[in-house]
Amino acid sequence: MDTLIAQLQRRFCDFTISLYHQGFLDDQFTELKKLQDECSPDFVAEVVTLFFEDCEKLISNMARALDQTGNVDFKLVGSSVHQLKGSSSSVGAKRVKGLCVTLKECCDSQNYEGCVRCLQQVDIEYKTLKAKLQDLFNLEQQIVQAGGRIPQVDI
Amino acid sequence: MVCEMETDQIEEMDVEVLSSMWPEDVGTEADKQFNVEKPAGDLDTLKEVTIETRTIADMTRLPNLLNSTHQGSSQLTNLVKQWEYMQDNAVRLLKEELKNLDRQREEAEAKELKIIEEYKFESNEPENVPVLDETSDLFRRFRQKKRDALVDSKKIEIYEEFDTVAYWKQKALSLEKMLEASTERERRLMEKLSESLKTMESQSAPVQELTQNLKRAEGFLHFILQNAPIVMGHQDKDLRYLFIYNKYPSLREQDILGKTDVEIFHGGGVKESEDFKREVLEKGKASKREITFTTDLFGSKTFLIYVEPVYNKAGEKIGINYMGMEVTDQVVKREKMAKLREDNAVRKAMESELNKTIHITEETMRAKQMLATMSHEIRSPLSGVVGMAEILSTTKLDKEQRQLLNVMISSGDLVLQLINDILDLSKVESGVMRLEATKFRPREVVKHVLQTAAASLKKSLTLEGNIADDVPIEVVGDVLRIRQILTNLISNAIKFTHEGNVGIKLQVISEPSFVRDNALNADTEEHEQNGLTETSVWICCDVWDTGIGIPENALPCLFKKYMQASADHARKYGGTGLGLAICKQLVELMGGQLTVTSRVSEGSTFTFILPYKVGRSDDYSDDQDEFSDMADQQSEPDDTAEGYFQFKPLLGSIYSNGGPGISNDFLPHKVMLTSPIKLINGFVADPSNNTGQSEMLQLENGGYMDESKLETSSGHCPESAHQYENGNGRCFSKESESCSSSQASSEGGTLEMESELTVSSHREEEKAETEVKETSKPKILLVEDNKINIMVAKSMMKQLGHTMDIANNGVEAITAINSSSYDLVLMDVCMPVLDGLKATRLIRSYEETGNWNAAIEAGVDISTSENEQVCMRPTNRLPIIAMTANTLAESSEECYANGMDSFISKPVTLQKLRECLQQYLH
Repeated sequence: MDTLIAQLQRRFCDFTISLYHQGFLDDQFTELKKLQDECSPDFVAEVVTLFFEDCEKLISNMARALDQTGNVDFKLVGSSVHQLKGSSSSVGAKRVKGLCVTLKECCDSQNYEGCVRCLQQVDIEYKTLKAKLQDLFNLEQQIVQAGGRIPQVDI
Repeated sequence: MVCEMETDQIEEMDVEVLSSMWPEDVGTEADKQFNVEKPAGDLDTLKEVTIETRTIADMTRLPNLLNSTHQGSSQLTNLVKQWEYMQDNAVRLLKEELKNLDRQREEAEAKELKIIEEYKFESNEPENVPVLDETSDLFRRFRQKKRDALVDSKKIEIYEEFDTVAYWKQKALSLEKMLEASTERERRLMEKLSESLKTMESQSAPVQELTQNLKRAEGFLHFILQNAPIVMGHQDKDLRYLFIYNKYPSLREQDILGKTDVEIFHGGGVKESEDFKREVLEKGKASKREITFTTDLFGSKTFLIYVEPVYNKAGEKIGINYMGMEVTDQVVKREKMAKLREDNAVRKAMESELNKTIHITEETMRAKQMLATMSHEIRSPLSGVVGMAEILSTTKLDKEQRQLLNVMISSGDLVLQLINDILDLSKVESGVMRLEATKFRPREVVKHVLQTAAASLKKSLTLEGNIADDVPIEVVGDVLRIRQILTNLISNAIKFTHEGNVGIKLQVISEPSFVRDNALNADTEEHEQNGLTETSVWICCDVWDTGIGIPENALPCLFKKYMQASADHARKYGGTGLGLAICKQLVELMGGQLTVTSRVSEGSTFTFILPYKVGRSDDYSDDQDEFSDMADQQSEPDDTAEGYFQFKPLLGSIYSNGGPGISNDFLPHKVMLTSPIKLINGFVADPSNNTGQSEMLQLENGGYMDESKLETSSGHCPESAHQYENGNGRCFSKESESCSSSQASSEGGTLEMESELTVSSHREEEKAETEVKETSKPKILLVEDNKINIMVAKSMMKQLGHTMDIANNGVEAITAINSSSYDLVLMDVCMPVLDGLKATRLIRSYEETGNWNAAIEAGVDISTSENEQVCMRPTNRLPIIAMTANTLAESSEECYANGMDSFISKPVTLQKLRECLQQYLH
């Protein structure tokens, strides 16, 4: 049992580190983790879930706006991407945030092609992140179920 | 003889042929210049080409020309040669034939003679012989001969044995036969001769052929010429026309012949062509040229003209031949093409230039954005460093530590200043800088700037403010920027002045010339924007000093970035070298002009002229800078129209020297303004709903206040003094280090006094604070539209032990602030409905005016049920902290400009939040 926990814990650590190293997450995610305590044990998961819901909504908003070929409302796209940038920045979704910055630039310069391309990447990126974080939370759950403690990961 | 006959005949024919081509006076009437004869034979000989006679305008004096020139004679010579050759050939043939005949005749004669001699005819017999008339003479001779011979032969024949009649008869018969044969032969010869004569006649055929050839050539020439759109002509040495051929004749012969171009035509190009012809004539070299004529006769046409000189046989120039062809259409086309090509080239050049410019601009923008972001990023941690150092300086330190710390703080301040300057510059240059139009009082601004400068003065300088009476009490402009310019120029002046005066002089001037041109545009624009009937006034502001001055050669680069008058100055006086550049940029951005005049060691005067709008005088001033809102309430009556301020050297006697109306508010202003960064709020979070607490505070502060009152010798009423000193004390307690550091006065009794003050107030405050904390938690309002950000911030606040209210946009924030009071507002900048900057401005306006009129004007719905509270004038300045993303559009500068107190860059972290709360909540 202890070995299982140790194994899970090591996997958790490696996985977390890899997420940081591959640029999926940044320090802000660490901040979030710090905010999670006994009073709000699922804080990170809650925020992240909210974030992904937000992502989905905003991306579909933008996709709809960009779908109106000919009279794209770049302002609408701009405000959505601003929201998304703020959210991703708050949860520490580094790659999504970076793409949002690029998308915002494309939007400001009314670069339709660039917007579409960036949006597709944002879509891919957030889904990837969602899957990764899902894995991370699953790991956490397994550790907890096995009676272990979530290890502190120093980045 | 035959030969001669033939030649005559041919000559006759030749003359006939020539007459069909040339006038009949060829070679005969050479002097008849103007007589034009039309070729008579044309119609007959050239029926197939149907030449219209009108196309040939003129032929005159040609024979003369042809005879006298090489070209003419060579043509004739050729013809003659050809003809001579043919003639020679014919003559030769005839001569041969004649020789043949002669020989044959001679033979025949010789034979006859032989026969006669041989057979010695009887005298009667030859009588019967048919003789040729022509040969009678010969025959006579022959007969004589025969007679002579007969005598001899008779004598001989006597002795002959054949002397019989029969024999002789026989002989005579045979002889007769032979004679007959001979005659026969003769006759045949005669026939032959006549035949030969006939063939001679047929020999004249080649001549006719030649004539025909000539006719064909002529026909061809006419055929070509009649369709050629050309003008040909010959002019003599004086350029008088002798011959002209024109496809489209428009003038009669007498109008042209014997006249020059200039005499015939009038208009552009005629002279040129005349000169050209003369030039060719002089040079003796054929050449071509395009000449455009604009004559009454045929309008504007371009001709390609070919001119060649004509020489006579002696090699002298006798005139020119010229040929002209109209090429107007071609020239037009060519010019069009050239123009198109040129346009194309120009467009291409422009395009590439534009591309280059765009590229450069993009690069520059990127670089600037980068610089701005970097500056921003540097500033945040640096603020931390400086802030901490300042806090550190409040702790107990020994002398050396304090010195080190002072250096550290002033260096930090310098770097911060530099970064602020860079941000300012890049903002102006990238066009992000937006100007505010708010009402302000120029006198106050000048006064405050001078006060600020006086407060940090380390030299014994007198600062003067001089405002002309005609300067309006209130004008509209971007007071923040104007104050920035003034502060910059004044600190510059102070820096380079060691003794004497530094001053600001304001006066109204007429509209300067450099704007008069585009004044109309600007005016209409402004009016559209404001929709108000405002008048514009130009105010000239001189910032003068009696300092070291600026050498003339340094003036041009004075306003350039990172430039100072000399490297020596830079070392001696320090500074970023950006100040003047920023001033200039700002002044120009506001539509004004910044100039400088200076004389070495006598002083410099920086003059900027700016346009301001003059608002309605009954309007309430809603632009009172944050430094003066308290003081203004007290000194307003005296202040508004005051036109002269003076600040004497302060060292040693800080308060006693202030003029009337100055000492009142001098201390707080000094304290607040000298802080290098606007980290200080300066006002306590005073929960006005907690009256009991307030009273207690008042009590608590009372002791201290009495003390300070003594020192400042100012007579405040207790109520205002409470607020006033409260703010003052707060400031000291938190930021006194900034005061002391920037004043950087390690000496002087003033400072000691102040630090005493600091310590005491600090103690008082701490007491007060703990009590405040015990009774109520600080109320914090988060204004943020992003759910996730709210969630994160809320959680962080919870960790820090605070709760907070949430507003989703500026309007909600205003509503919340209106309905309850807060100690701190965290305000997102970019929000829907009403953004953070505008919301902050409206909140500040509320704080200054005590009503939400500005907000209501802006369309924010303020509930009227709160009327009582609305009427109550807010007493404290609410700390508003911006939460910015690192973009140019929402930079910290803008936050400050809109009345925010500080900023936190996003994403918000626990650390940042904690620092912020530490700074603003106690």
